[in-house]
Amino acid sequence: MNFYIWFLVLAVYLVWAPSVQAHVQQGQAIGFITGLEHPWSGLDHVLAMIAVGIWGAQLGIPALWILPVTFPMVMSMGAMMGLLGIPLPGIEIGIAVSAILLGAMVLGEVRPKLFIAAVMVGFFAIFHGHAHGTELPAGQSGLLYSMGFVIATGVLHGIGILIGTIHRWPVGKMALRGAGAFIAAMGFFFLWQAVA
Amino acid sequence: MRKSVANRAGLFFAAALSTVLLKPSDAAAHLVTTGMGPVYDGIGHLLLTPEDLVPALAVALYAGLRGRVSGKRVLFFFPLAWLLGGLAGLFAGSMPTFPLSAISFLLLGALIAADLHLPDNVFTVLAAAIGIMHGFFNGIALKTGPAGLGLLGIMATLFVLVAIVSAFILSLKPPWTRIVVRVAGSWVAAMGLLMVGWFFRGQG
Repeated sequence: MNFYIWFLVLAVYLVWAPSVQAHVQQGQAIGFITGLEHPWSGLDHVLAMIAVGIWGAQLGIPALWILPVTFPMVMSMGAMMGLLGIPLPGIEIGIAVSAILLGAMVLGEVRPKLFIAAVMVGFFAIFHGHAHGTELPAGQSGLLYSMGFVIATGVLHGIGILIGTIHRWPVGKMALRGAGAFIAAMGFFFLWQAVA
Repeated sequence: MRKSVANRAGLFFAAALSTVLLKPSDAAAHLVTTGMGPVYDGIGHLLLTPEDLVPALAVALYAGLRGRVSGKRVLFFFPLAWLLGGLAGLFAGSMPTFPLSAISFLLLGALIAADLHLPDNVFTVLAAAIGIMHGFFNGIALKTGPAGLGLLGIMATLFVLVAIVSAFILSLKPPWTRIVVRVAGSWVAAMGLLMVGWFFRGQG
């Protein structure tokens, strides 16, 4: 008899599943990884970010760091607009045009005043940010998603700057201008896709 | 016969009592439990909470940019302020819904990105204020768990973190390293802006 009673008690323990409420912070790591992946998921984003880095390297200090500092800060404002539901028409067109113009700047090694370069980069950052800000999957941490995509954007700028270091050699200069032509051509392709 | 009935009743009572006592209760806590005691739980809480960790790192980065005087002051005042805020938080009610830590992100990120030269006294007060605010939130979060010992763990971690990071930044000589720190500051400010955005979207 005792055996049956203890068997019953054991069965109750095993079957009585506890309810777990929010013990695990779900979506934390996933949010970070999603954010980290997001800028890499679209070639239009990737090329524009790398173009910012390359152009900064061509322009030298202080543009070398002012452009990559400007971009994430203004990009976050664009993302905030998206989060607040403020519509921004022609986002895909804006992103495509950013690749065209930034590629053209690299191709022509254009050297505008620093202020103009920063405004131009900042203007396009709004489009990129808006796209990022509206695409957080449900259930993921907003902060960690933001950290991921800001870091990924910075890494892409860094890659652009690293590529831009070949600017010191004549062959490197030519190669960078070729890269600019490629980015601009891809921008036209993205534009065609956006309006088609 | 009577004895047998009493035994059965006793066994049933014991079974019922132990079932009630051992029934797992609802787990509603968000705290990190390391299994190594309250001090480590506090350390784990800080290291796994980006809302606190990033501003703490940002304070250390800015202190490193500003120089030795700022670094030395912040090394002591910042963890102390965090502890005091935490002790106050242990007696407070609930967390505010607005992510006030976004202010730390924005302010510190902007200061680092702009490499703004705040006077040492002003920065010390600012760091203490940020420490009190974050400590206060930690105190609220930890009061049902590791409480005071957890706060001590956090304070010790902050001391080590600020010492290592600010000393490292201070030791950097090439000009480009300062630029890297400023870029990191712009990232922190961008995250702060986004925290506000997520709050208004209701997904923070």
